[in-house]
Amino acid sequence: MSSVNHTVLGKRFMVVALTFFAIGGFLSMLIRAQLATPNSAFIGPEIYNQIFTMHGTVMMFLFAIPMFEGFVIYMLPKMLGARDMAFPRLTAYGFWCYLFGGSILIIALLVGAAPDSGWFMYTPLSSRPYTPGINADVWLLGLTFVEISAVTAAIEIFISILKMRAPGMSLARMPLIGWYMLVTSGMMIVGFPPLILGAILLELERAFDLPFFDPTRGGDPLLWQHLFWLFGHPEVYIIFLPAAGALSTIIPVFAQRTILGYRSIIAAIVAMGFLSFGLWVHHMFTVGIPHLALAFFSAASALVAVPTAIQIFAWIGTLASGRPRWDIPMLYVAGFFCVFVIGGLTGVMLAMVPFNTQAHDSYFVVAHLHYVLVGGFVFPMLAGIYHWMPHISGRQSLYRLSVPAFWLIFIGFNLTFFLMHLTGLMGMPRRISTYPSNWGWDWLNLLSSIGGFILTMGFCLVLADLVLQWRFGRRYRRDPWKAQTLEWATATPPAPYNFAALPRVDRRADMLEPAKIGPVLAGARAISASCAMASRKRWASTCSPASRST
Amino acid sequence: MLLAGCSGELSALDPAGPRAASLATLWWIMLGGAALLFALVMVLFGIAYLRPGWLSRITPMQWIVGGGLVLPIPILVLLTGAALVLGEQLLPKGDAPLRIEGQARQWAWSFGYPGGAGPYDGTLHMPAGEPVDIAVTSADVIHSFWVPRLGGKIDAIPGHVNVIRLEADEPGIYWGQCAEYCGQGHDGMQFRVEAHAPEDFAALMAGAAQ
Ligand SMILES: [Cu+2]
Repeated sequence: MSSVNHTVLGKRFMVVALTFFAIGGFLSMLIRAQLATPNSAFIGPEIYNQIFTMHGTVMMFLFAIPMFEGFVIYMLPKMLGARDMAFPRLTAYGFWCYLFGGSILIIALLVGAAPDSGWFMYTPLSSRPYTPGINADVWLLGLTFVEISAVTAAIEIFISILKMRAPGMSLARMPLIGWYMLVTSGMMIVGFPPLILGAILLELERAFDLPFFDPTRGGDPLLWQHLFWLFGHPEVYIIFLPAAGALSTIIPVFAQRTILGYRSIIAAIVAMGFLSFGLWVHHMFTVGIPHLALAFFSAASALVAVPTAIQIFAWIGTLASGRPRWDIPMLYVAGFFCVFVIGGLTGVMLAMVPFNTQAHDSYFVVAHLHYVLVGGFVFPMLAGIYHWMPHISGRQSLYRLSVPAFWLIFIGFNLTFFLMHLTGLMGMPRRISTYPSNWGWDWLNLLSSIGGFILTMGFCLVLADLVLQWRFGRRYRRDPWKAQTLEWATATPPAPYNFAALPRVDRRADMLEPAKIGPVLAGARAISASCAMASRKRWASTCSPASRST
Repeated sequence: MLLAGCSGELSALDPAGPRAASLATLWWIMLGGAALLFALVMVLFGIAYLRPGWLSRITPMQWIVGGGLVLPIPILVLLTGAALVLGEQLLPKGDAPLRIEGQARQWAWSFGYPGGAGPYDGTLHMPAGEPVDIAVTSADVIHSFWVPRLGGKIDAIPGHVNVIRLEADEPGIYWGQCAEYCGQGHDGMQFRVEAHAPEDFAALMAGAAQ
């Protein structure tokens, strides 16, 4: 319970985040059950509003961000050749804050007092006159704990990357995923405070009647929207960039060559980090901001497609110029390409102000955001789970269920959400709990619901697959994928201290040979006692992997 | 067949006025471009796996500069420019012959006409064949005014008045709805829009004023 070890806490973060993912997924099944038929009497609007609010809140705040934090906390020190994060007690503090804040929300859901103003909590709907119960307070309180946890994790990741890298691993030799995490954590440090501030202002308004957002007493409801989206848009990139980091690590392994365009990708990541703070108004194109001001945000939103395209083509180029092989992680990478590219293209469409006035707040946006977030986070996460699970469990995959599980997820996802583009353009607005059958939305919604249940079956199969792997997977020696990064040089499952001796890195850290370095580092105490043996093996006790020329 | 599948009384793809029609045209053009780009990426990905030799001559610089800069930048410049021009054309600028006040509240709409004329029955009456400005606000929470077949949407925000211009080609019944989530009655916030021949509209206004 009182552990401060990063391997333990990273696993705890991921298990709790995946539990919230299951809860959020269950809520989405209730949504699809309700919307499968017109005039549905399954759940009324009071419950439905809580369910869709909680689905969004759980998936964005309690699943996606903590999942990536858990992954980083587990993996980062191993990738950088360190024994732990910079501030182990802070890691533990962040974990307990997260669990506490998340539990508040789930308990509120169980007693029927969950937030019901939508996951972006627009005022004045979330202000006291229109939400008199504790529903909104639960959101503000629970989320603030989770955000504090996110900020502590961000500070810790940022400092760990700058201070804890193995000897010889300069920033210019760091694996790309380190750069992704550095930029992401920087964005969190800048991006989360506006939301924390906004939540404090709204709670002050609700509890002490200070009219920050009340237009009748000199406030303005748009202030909330600016504060929320100033956080909320970078949030999307905070979710996407770590996933892109995982892709930049996995793709070279299966392309069997190092990543192409290392420096260009770093430039693209940094550019995304800055641009992501200049786009928030594209969530607010219909609030009445003057058109030329909108044009600036429209152009910036289109421009962010450029660093994204740089990464997409660098990945394809890496595959095309390597000797690509198939395995389960690559199946999900292929799924990522298909789904995420569609999400990116509809994103460019939505960035165009005139089109946005039709599509905004319709199911077109629901389709777009699921294509971006599931394509840009869940598919890479599943690729990552199949890639790195052997590191955690010490066992290799079984594959009996992996392929059918992928196809259920891929087909189910597209059936559910591809049609929603059309549903939205045919006029269905977001967040309605039911609809009459005269608008022509019936068959689209029914097919979306069927797709949703196929998708859920896919996730259940993945879960079964992982349990079986844990139980029956074959044990293996180091580095089953022939990856070239340091995390595979630890024992698997890893020892609490990762490396008995710290490695000395003398080349780019994504061109190492973990299967050779690992045993030497593990036996380092013996080796340093006997210099003769070290020199015969041509590995120093700090273990320079350079000793073999390539 | 495809277009028949898109028709519907709230469908943005079934426009009934010049402004909604230009928005629908923008959509179809973007859809075509997006389909081409999507096919390009998927074909390249497929070739990388199935025919690895074909693309191995391309240098890293060509991938990055070609795919990351040369391909997207002209498309984005052109598209953003065209959308800006279209957006300017659709703005409610200059003199519109008629300005109607729309007010949203939980969970209904009401419309008021110049000089206090007109019927207050929750239906939006407007003349067909000419542009009409709707000045939208809210009495409580944020709502959004959306008549998909006549134009885009604009938010109804307490303390703000936002104007949107609509136009219907033909007299007839159209439908509008609230697009911004506004609480428990959000599902039911639809409203009728009745476009009249100009002389009928004038008669309606005159009749209601008496
Ligand atoms: Cu409304």
